[in-house]
Amino acid sequence: MILDGKTPSGPLPEKWDKRKQEMKLVSPANKRKYRIIVVGTGLAGASAAATLGELGYNVESFCFQDTPRRGHSIAAQGGVNAAKNYPNDGDSIYRLFLDTVKGGDFRARESNVYRLAQVSGSVIDQAVAQGVPFARDYAGYLDNRSFGGAQVSRTFYARGQTGQQLLLGAFGSLMRQIRVGSVKLHPRTEMLDLVVVNGEAKGITVRDLVTGEVSSHAADAVCLCTGGYTNVFYLSTNAAGSNVTATYRAFKKGALFANPCFTQIHPTCIPVTGDHQSKLTLMSESLRNDGRVWVPKTKGDSRAPGDIPETDRDYFLERKYPAFGNLAPRDISSRAAKEVCDEGRGVGPGGRGVYLDFANAIGRLGEGTIRERYGNLFEMYGQITAENAYQQPMRIYPAPHYAMGGLWVDYNLESTIPGLFVLGEANFSDHGANRLGASALMQGLADGYFIISYTIANYLARATPGAVTTNHAEFLKSREDVACFTSKLLAINGKRTVNEFHRELGRLMWENVGMARSEASLKSALSLIPRLRAEFWENVKVTGTGTELNQELEKAGRVADFLEFGELMALDALHRNESCGGHFRVEYEMPDGEAKRDDENYCYVAAWEFKGVDKAPELHKEPLTFENVKLAVRSYK
Amino acid sequence: MLLPTSSVGRKLVMAATGQLIILFVILHVLGNATIYFGLLNAYAAHLHALPPLIWSFRIGLIILFSFHIYYGIVLTLENNRAKPQSYVMRNDLSATVAGRNMVWTGAVIGSFIIYHLLHFTVQITNPGLAAARHLDSLGRPDVFTMVVKSFQNFGIASVYLLSMIALWLHLSHGIQSSFQTWGLNSEQSFPIVKRLSALAAIVLFVAYVAVPVVIATGILK
Amino acid sequence: MNLTLYVWRQKGPKDAGRLVRYEAKDVSPDMSFLEMLDLVNEGLVRKGDDPIAFDHDCREGICGMCAQVINGIPQGPQKKTTVCQLHMRHFKNGDTIYIEPLRARAFPVIRDLVVDRGSLDKIIQSGGYISAHTGGVPDGNAILIPKDDADRAMDAAECIGCGACVAACPNGSAMLFTAAKVTQLATLPQGRTEAARRVCVMTEEMLGQGFGNCGNHYECQAVCPKDIKVQFIAKLNREFIKARLK
Repeated sequence: MILDGKTPSGPLPEKWDKRKQEMKLVSPANKRKYRIIVVGTGLAGASAAATLGELGYNVESFCFQDTPRRGHSIAAQGGVNAAKNYPNDGDSIYRLFLDTVKGGDFRARESNVYRLAQVSGSVIDQAVAQGVPFARDYAGYLDNRSFGGAQVSRTFYARGQTGQQLLLGAFGSLMRQIRVGSVKLHPRTEMLDLVVVNGEAKGITVRDLVTGEVSSHAADAVCLCTGGYTNVFYLSTNAAGSNVTATYRAFKKGALFANPCFTQIHPTCIPVTGDHQSKLTLMSESLRNDGRVWVPKTKGDSRAPGDIPETDRDYFLERKYPAFGNLAPRDISSRAAKEVCDEGRGVGPGGRGVYLDFANAIGRLGEGTIRERYGNLFEMYGQITAENAYQQPMRIYPAPHYAMGGLWVDYNLESTIPGLFVLGEANFSDHGANRLGASALMQGLADGYFIISYTIANYLARATPGAVTTNHAEFLKSREDVACFTSKLLAINGKRTVNEFHRELGRLMWENVGMARSEASLKSALSLIPRLRAEFWENVKVTGTGTELNQELEKAGRVADFLEFGELMALDALHRNESCGGHFRVEYEMPDGEAKRDDENYCYVAAWEFKGVDKAPELHKEPLTFENVKLAVRSYK
Repeated sequence: MLLPTSSVGRKLVMAATGQLIILFVILHVLGNATIYFGLLNAYAAHLHALPPLIWSFRIGLIILFSFHIYYGIVLTLENNRAKPQSYVMRNDLSATVAGRNMVWTGAVIGSFIIYHLLHFTVQITNPGLAAARHLDSLGRPDVFTMVVKSFQNFGIASVYLLSMIALWLHLSHGIQSSFQTWGLNSEQSFPIVKRLSALAAIVLFVAYVAVPVVIATGILK
Repeated sequence: MNLTLYVWRQKGPKDAGRLVRYEAKDVSPDMSFLEMLDLVNEGLVRKGDDPIAFDHDCREGICGMCAQVINGIPQGPQKKTTVCQLHMRHFKNGDTIYIEPLRARAFPVIRDLVVDRGSLDKIIQSGGYISAHTGGVPDGNAILIPKDDADRAMDAAECIGCGACVAACPNGSAMLFTAAKVTQLATLPQGRTEAARRVCVMTEEMLGQGFGNCGNHYECQAVCPKDIKVQFIAKLNREFIKARLK
């Protein structure tokens, strides 16, 4: 299969305009005849559903939560990037593009990233118009802060709840469309299958999580905005419900999955305390603006942090990356923290932690300023750890946070299945091998507000509206498959709980396919995962029935998919014989410990095609060509 | 607009009528104070010398009370409907007994007002003491004697005392609540408004029960 | 530590429901309240019993999905804290804990501790937004907003829509929820255009959805995990008066 990214020709800055000119339109009178399914109501899903509804399409919006306002975008704290250059510090569309491509370790598609930077400004304008209360300065202008991986201040923020505020803005727009009837909402409804008719995406099969009823919905196009898959690690910063099911089942129906091994491990999370732990909590990266990361210089130094004099401290990020210091990109900071902990210099219970110290900043700016900037984060830290971070340094450790990989899409955000569009974290397109801070919100909203509205019309204009109904044989089969899957899970009646399997898978993934991967660890994962999966299908215990609210059953279905998906991740990581961004193979490192990229052999998107469970997927490559940036060793020194 | 159907609109009616009734409550207690100076009969005679004034007052009060009671009941019924099931384990953090029982303290006050009118205005509950039939030395209805003799009766004094407790509770929630409903509330003023209205409720309570208490205890004869 | 739980179990909306006693053993003080329930649930599943159904998602105090009534207090006894961020170190060995669903007519129980809060969405749908079209809006800095106003709007915008305010209100009123949205949008210049209409339709919808009237008890503020203030209700009332005087 030849993967055509469908990038428009011409100079980079003109590509998007050119594409907009080329694309077909759907006339206003015809729009309501087209039905579009949007799965997920995070930033990408809510903004897409609202925008498409406003344009006049007939939109059906689905989410597994009780209301669309709970999409996990809500938990994003730090901010949203945009190349506005309000602070006059040298930012531009090109620089945001460059930072993002470089931050992604040159594994993203140039044209997509440039477009993202181009529309980033509109995202801010849109949010302001919706009443998102971004931080303002005393003159009433929008305020900016700096963020990891950038040397300019381009991050807009609403306290430590930027994701929440942006999502509520999009949610408001979605609610407005629901009121006028252009969007129909299906909360507490989980997508369990994609229906493909004659090679095109024509609907989905869902389970009503309250009644258990399995039903199908037909449409002229389907948008998946279902987020990332880092819950494959069990412990991650994702919400408990975040899952791979929607994208994985689309994968099983023929959509290619791109770069699944590119997962981001976020450096500033609260360390694990024990086996009971169900999730890891992220502390916004913005903390690194004022906090200094350090560990004791000597192994096994058990003194309280306050008793360790400056001379015995190793501010390792500042030492290794003087130009960026504590603001080094996420993958680099995470790995540096892992390194010092591996050396036995980690702090806190289990030695898996490093200090993030605000003493300096408090001394310089006063506790009041720090409280104003990060008050809610300090409070959250206090609630979880019972420690006061104003008086002693925080302890942080990296945790799985974001999936750069996702379903393969072309420039139009369309997957390899025509009519199936993938937006936000669920696609692979913009962040390469590593995402920079405050770029996820930018991408989700750019996709939903400003890109899909154009590109979906181009597809729909060629389709006959309402060509397929749910009586089609493919829909019948899809419903049967889903019902069969559910009853199979319920019939096992084994001895181990779903959580036990998920925890075990997570541990296995973290140890073997986590922050540092080796050929041996990946091969071990590849032999362990199928075994665990086989045991799952023999020994899992799912209580209750399929015709009621059954949270064990919901979890079981998601874990079943993770048990297949984990293998895909390991396989992708094993095939990629290089280190880049969040994918670090211990065999491929520079003498100084940095990632060693192999542009000659791996400068491509690895897109995998499903061939059957327990069968090796087929690899397809989309070569990445960089016409506007020079491939260089990423240096933050 | 005259008969509001919205939630806030009806609460505004409650607040407005409540506040006007409080003004009456204050005027009334000032009138009561004439008893300490031996001016009660004169005060009563003055009031009754101006029938248009007294009747417009009475009609105004009837209207205020009708609205206050009507919407009080409507709101309470709606609120009860909105909370059909209570918690097995209930734990109030800031709601007070007074706040939770506005409709009941209101009912007690309402019943008391009827009794009070029958007692001192229509004067049929204790005809033997009716001021209309006993004139004082200046030929005015002897309200003073009627009041004193009534409160020397321990039962009557208790009814007044208990009813004033209900008034106290009602006002302790009602006064601050009416300010909030009018939107006259900020984070700075909130604690002050709350404290002042609690104080005002106590002051009015003390002022009202003072008359029956000083009479029942024999201080005023 | 070991705890005794009395948990509300109710199979479905029509089931009567009752409190069932469970023993939670070997609870670590570092666990969150939900992790403690996870532990109890794993024990139930192993025995083949139905686990306790409860809503939860982000588990970091921002999505608003988890909300239960713990010992009579929606979102639990810890101030300004959601259930997922409530840690067991705030309880003692041997404690008895009552866990009930959020209760209000507008929040029918779906199962056990899971309730339907769709009525809150309906309030937003009636007008809890600025009707900005996608695209065609002015530059973000074209609208200057005094910092105090932006901060105040943000204070109100922090609401996570968990419904604790409704559950705590003796009248089952959603006034704090409604007021937070009204205040956020009425404080910003972008939101002024629709302010009068918004406050009227949202309060009307609130009643229409079966919520009660505000009784100024302030229980809502006392339980709010995001410290949303009742002064926003006063602001809503002022906005309402302003709208009606127009």
